[in-house]
Amino acid sequence: METKQVKKSSEKNIGSEFLHLLKANVRDYMMYIALVIIMIFFTWKTNGSFITARNLSNLINQSGYVAVLAIGMTLILILKHIDLSVGYVAGFSGAVAAIILTQLKVNVWFTILLVLIVGLLIGLYQGILVTRVGVPAFVTTLAGMFIFRGLLSLTLQKTGTIIIPDATFNALSNGFIPDIPGLDMGIHVLTVVIGVIAVALVIFSQLKARRNRLKYNFKVLSMPMFLVSLVFVTAIIMTIIVVLAKYSGIPWTAIIVAIVLLIYNFMLNKTKLGRYIYGIGGNDQAAELSGVDVKAVTLFAFCSMSALAALAGVLYTSRLQSATPAAGLGFELDAIASSYIGGTAVSGGIGKVTNTIIGVLVIMSLTNGMNLMGVDVSYQYIVKGIIFIVAVAFDVRTRKKGR
Amino acid sequence: MSDCILEMKNITKVFPGVKALNDVNFKVERGEIHCLVGENGAGKSTLMKVLSGVYRHGTYTGDIIFENQIQRFQSIADSEDKGIVIIYQELALVPELSIYENIFFGHEIMNGMTIDWNETISQATKMLEKVGLKIDPSTKVKDLGVGNQQLVEIAKALSKNVKVLILDEPTAALNEDDSENLLRIIKELKTHGVTCIMISHKLKEIIAIADTITVLRDGATICSLDAEKKAITEAEIIKNMVGREIDNIYPKRENKKFGDVCLEIKDWTVEDPVKGRDILHNVNINVRKGEIVGLQGLMGAGRTELALSIFGNSKKYKLKSGEVLLNGEKKSFKNPKAAIKAGIAYVTEDRKGNGLVLIRDIKYNISISNLDKLTNGLVINENEEITIANEFKNSINIKAPSIMQKVGNLSGGNQQKVQLAKWMFVKPQVLILDEPTRGIDVGAKFEIYSLMNKLVEQGMSIIMISSELPEVLGMSDRLYVMSEGTITGELLAEDANEEKVMAMAVKS
Repeated sequence: METKQVKKSSEKNIGSEFLHLLKANVRDYMMYIALVIIMIFFTWKTNGSFITARNLSNLINQSGYVAVLAIGMTLILILKHIDLSVGYVAGFSGAVAAIILTQLKVNVWFTILLVLIVGLLIGLYQGILVTRVGVPAFVTTLAGMFIFRGLLSLTLQKTGTIIIPDATFNALSNGFIPDIPGLDMGIHVLTVVIGVIAVALVIFSQLKARRNRLKYNFKVLSMPMFLVSLVFVTAIIMTIIVVLAKYSGIPWTAIIVAIVLLIYNFMLNKTKLGRYIYGIGGNDQAAELSGVDVKAVTLFAFCSMSALAALAGVLYTSRLQSATPAAGLGFELDAIASSYIGGTAVSGGIGKVTNTIIGVLVIMSLTNGMNLMGVDVSYQYIVKGIIFIVAVAFDVRTRKKGR
Repeated sequence: MSDCILEMKNITKVFPGVKALNDVNFKVERGEIHCLVGENGAGKSTLMKVLSGVYRHGTYTGDIIFENQIQRFQSIADSEDKGIVIIYQELALVPELSIYENIFFGHEIMNGMTIDWNETISQATKMLEKVGLKIDPSTKVKDLGVGNQQLVEIAKALSKNVKVLILDEPTAALNEDDSENLLRIIKELKTHGVTCIMISHKLKEIIAIADTITVLRDGATICSLDAEKKAITEAEIIKNMVGREIDNIYPKRENKKFGDVCLEIKDWTVEDPVKGRDILHNVNINVRKGEIVGLQGLMGAGRTELALSIFGNSKKYKLKSGEVLLNGEKKSFKNPKAAIKAGIAYVTEDRKGNGLVLIRDIKYNISISNLDKLTNGLVINENEEITIANEFKNSINIKAPSIMQKVGNLSGGNQQKVQLAKWMFVKPQVLILDEPTRGIDVGAKFEIYSLMNKLVEQGMSIIMISSELPEVLGMSDRLYVMSEGTITGELLAEDANEEKVMAMAVKS
C-alpha cells in the first residue's frame, strides 16, 4: 500500500521534475530548442529539401572544418584568450597540403602529418608570444591574421588555385565510409552497425555514471526521467543514422570530427590538463598558486588550436578539391560564434566541446538553410550575427541570475 | 572655540555576519588635524567610507551632520559637492596624463563646449604652489615620485574647494623626507582653513601633527584624546588600541615537541620591480618542525609579500639577496608549482581573489593541487577523488549539501576549510597561512585553530600571518613582528603581550 503511494507521487512528479530541469538547465536546453526550431523552419521554407538525406550529408561535410576549429577555439575561450588567426592558418595549411601533395608527390597520410606539424609550429610561435613575451592573444593572433593571409597568397602566387587530383585526399570531406562488402540490403549496413554501437555505448556510460553517483548519494534524475532522456537521445542518434544509412552512409568528415571530439572531451573531463584549463579560466591566480603551470597549459592550448586549424585547412581543401587563395576568410568568426552559441562563457572558465558541436550545427544549419533558400550572403551575415549576439546576451543574463 | 564642522552620530554599519561599526560617534572641529587610529579591522576605513558616501545613505544607521545639516550622501560625488574629499592609499591618478590634466580630471574647466586649457594650467599652477610643489604642471604623473604624486592628489582635492580632507595612510608608501614634507603641507593647509582627517599607523607622526586623536577598536569609539591640551604619549595610544580581552577561543596544545629547523629564510631582500623600491629588507626568519610561528604586522608591513616572494611568485617580486633553506638544503623556486613540490604551501588571505576557483565545486578545489596522486596514467580516478573529498568534508566539517556544491556559494568559513583541505591533501612540510581567519565567524575560527594544532602535532610547520593581535598571541609558539618590510622583533609566546607587539608593529 505504502509503496504504491510512493510510486504514484513519483509518477506525478515527472512533470514537475521536467519543469525543474528545464529551469535549472535553461541555457543548455535553449541551444537544442533553437537548433530544432531552425531545422523545422528551413524544412518548411525549402519544402523539405533541407531535411533530405542528401542535404544532411552535405551539411555534415560542410561543417567539418568549422567543427574542428570550434573545438580548439573552445579551449582558447575557456582560458579567456582568443585566436583570430585560425582562418588564415587553415587557409595557409591547406595550400601547403596542396603543394606537398601535388608538387612534391608525397603520400596523402604523410602530407597530412606534415601539415599538422606546420600547424603545431605556428601554435608554438603564437603561444610563446602570448605566454613568454606577454603580447595579448588578441594582438598576437591579429598579427597572425596578416601574416598567414600573406603566406597563403605567397604560397599560391605562382600556381594560382591548385586542383587536387588525389581521390583519397578528396574523400576526406566528400566521401563516405565503405559498406561491409558482399551485403546488399538497400541500406548502408556498417552505418547502422556503428549507430547501434554508439547508442549502446551511450546507454552503458550513462548507466555507469548514474550508478556511480547513486553510490555516493549524489542527486540523480529519477528513474522515469532518466529513461525518458535515454530514449530521447537514442531516438535522435538512430534517426540521423537511418537517414544517413538510406543515402550513402556516414561521411568520413563525421568520423574525423567524432574522433577529435572524443579526444578533446576526454581530455577536458578526465585528465589533469582539462582540470587545469578550467581552473585557469575560472581563476588564473588561484590556479597559479595551486601549483598549475599556467604558461605551459596556455601554450598547449595555442598549439592545439593551430594544429586543429591545420586539420581544418586539410578538410576545407579536400571539400573544395582544391587550394584557393580565398580559403580561410571568416572561418574564425564561425568558430568563435559556434563556441559561444554552444555555451562557452564569455567570462571564461566554462564550456564544453560537446555543446560547441551543437553551436556548430546551429551556425552551419543557418548557412546551409539560407543557401538553399537563396538568401543573399549579406543577409546571411546579418542573421548569423543577430543569432550570435542574442545567444550570448541570453547566456550572460541567465548566468547572472544563477550566481 | 568649539566650532564643530562635522559630527557622525551613532553610526552603525552591518555587513553580512559582521558588525563593522557599532554606534560610533566621531566629532571633528573646524580647522583641526584629526587623527584616526586603530588596528586593522577596527573600522577606520569603513567609517570614512560612510562619511564619503561610498556606502550610501540608508545602508547604515545614524546621522552625519556636516556644517549643521544632516547629510544623506548617495555617492562620492555628493560628498565632494559639499567639500568632503577622500584620498585613498592607492592613488587615483592617471599616470599617462599630465599634472594639470589630473588635477582637473572629472571637473574640467569648460569654455562652452571645450576644455579651457589655459585656465586649467593657470589654476593648476596655483594649486601646486599651495602644496609647495615646484614642478612644471605639464609633467606626466608617472614621472613623479610617490611623494609628489601624493601632493598632486592633495592639489586635486584643493581644486574641488575642499573643506574636509580625508587622508587614508598618506605616508604608508613614502620615505622619511617625503613624509615630513607631506606632514608640513598638511599643517600649512590647516592655516588655510582646511580641516584634515588622517588615518595612520605611524604613532610618531600622529603625535607630531594631531590636534585630536580618536581611537577605534572593534568597530567602536574607544576615546578621543585632545592633544592640544596635553601631550599624548605613544604608550597611551597603544594602550587604547589594544586592551582587548583575549577570549578563550584558542584551543591549547598539550606536550609541544619541536624538531629541527624546517624552513629558514636568510637576508631576504626583495624589490618591487614596478615601483622600483625595496619592499623587504634583510628579513631573517625560521620555523621548526611542529611549531606555529606567528608573523604579526599591520597592513602594508610586507608580510604577504614575504610569503609570496618565498613561494616563487617571481613575476611580481625581484629578489635582490637572500636564500631559502629547507631542512638545511638551499632551494629556489621558479614558480609556485616548484615550491609546492618541495613541500611548501601557501594559503592566501584573498580566498576569492586568488585562492579558490569559485565557479567550480568543492571536490574540484580540494583536488586541484594534488591531481598527480589521483591520476593513473592519463585518467583522473574520479571515484578516489570523491572519496577523498568526502573524507575531508566530514573530518573538518565543511558545511555543504554535497561536495558537488559550487565553492562560490559557501560561507567564508567553509571556503577557508576548503582551502585548508586542499593543502592538507598535499601534505606539505611547511604551511604558510595568510590571515587564516579573516572574515570568519567565531565558531569556524575555533575549528580552524584546532585544525592547525592537529597539523603541527603531526609534525608540520606553520607560519601564521595575521594582523589580529589576540590570534597571534593565542596561537603562536613564537612570533615575529614586521614593520615596513623589516623584522622589528622576535618574541617567545610566553614573553609577548599586546603592548610589546603593537609597539614593534608601529616602529619605523
